[in-house]
Amino acid sequence: MNLANSLDSYLVLSGLLFAIGTFGFLARRNAISMLMSVELMLNAVNLAIVAFGSFIEGLKADGPIIALMVMAVAAAEATVGLSIVIAIFRNRKTPLVDEYDAMSR
Amino acid sequence: MGAWKYLLGTTLLAGILLTPALIVMGPAGGSFDDALFVVLAALMLVSGLAVVTMRDIIRCGLAMIVCFLALAGIYGVAGSPLVAAAQVLVYVGAISVLVLFAIMLTQSKRAPSRLVFQTQAGPAAVLAVIIAVMVTLTVTGTAWNEVAERMRVGANALAATLFADYVLPFEIVSVLLLMAVVGGVFLAKREGKGS
Repeated sequence: MNLANSLDSYLVLSGLLFAIGTFGFLARRNAISMLMSVELMLNAVNLAIVAFGSFIEGLKADGPIIALMVMAVAAAEATVGLSIVIAIFRNRKTPLVDEYDAMSR
Repeated sequence: MGAWKYLLGTTLLAGILLTPALIVMGPAGGSFDDALFVVLAALMLVSGLAVVTMRDIIRCGLAMIVCFLALAGIYGVAGSPLVAAAQVLVYVGAISVLVLFAIMLTQSKRAPSRLVFQTQAGPAAVLAVIIAVMVTLTVTGTAWNEVAERMRVGANALAATLFADYVLPFEIVSVLLLMAVVGGVFLAKREGKGS
């Protein structure tokens, strides 16, 4: 039993979290729920990067740095995405994405 | 009446989280790190499922905070304390507050709506299970040439690499954050007299 010291367990955990995020992004109706699912997927990828950084010799310092960069980009994505959702909500008065059908009428 | 429900829920959650830890440390012969990893992983997966399945969206946001905190703990177990601290600052501190504010700004009077999921929820669940199985099979079937003991990298070594090899991405990220702030303010501000 060697869970905390094997790369496989971290990567499997990351894959499970990514699958949960995929399901949420495809299945939820609320636009903010979809953005939260995207955050879950980004976190899953970040976990994989950090795990590679602490288990592969050549990526020792690079893994955490790339993870920090991903965090900064995710913060920028969350800012712009949420303000787009708020701007759409102000026009359409609903946060549900299946009612954003202005181009199909 | 409501107190019983919360007490039962808390007891159930504690049982779900602590039973694998006891199994890992007892019969399976794992170390304390293994038990910590199992508890944090279970907490993260349970709260992640809560984020994508719960009906009330404000509770989804709160479950997301729990998920991010458990993930910060996993970063600590994996040997990256600086990333764990950044996770708490950036995700738990900043992004969660942003998401909660956006939820409160977009709550309409007739919310929460009856239908949480779209009609494609069934195929989406099948696809998610396929992704999980595929990733698991690929990861366990690959030889990664990993080191036997996980490496801890301190803040000094990290800073040396960051400001020697990664200066250009660092500067680009700072400009990107400035652009995101300006763009967010521009997109979210109210229109003037024009509309």
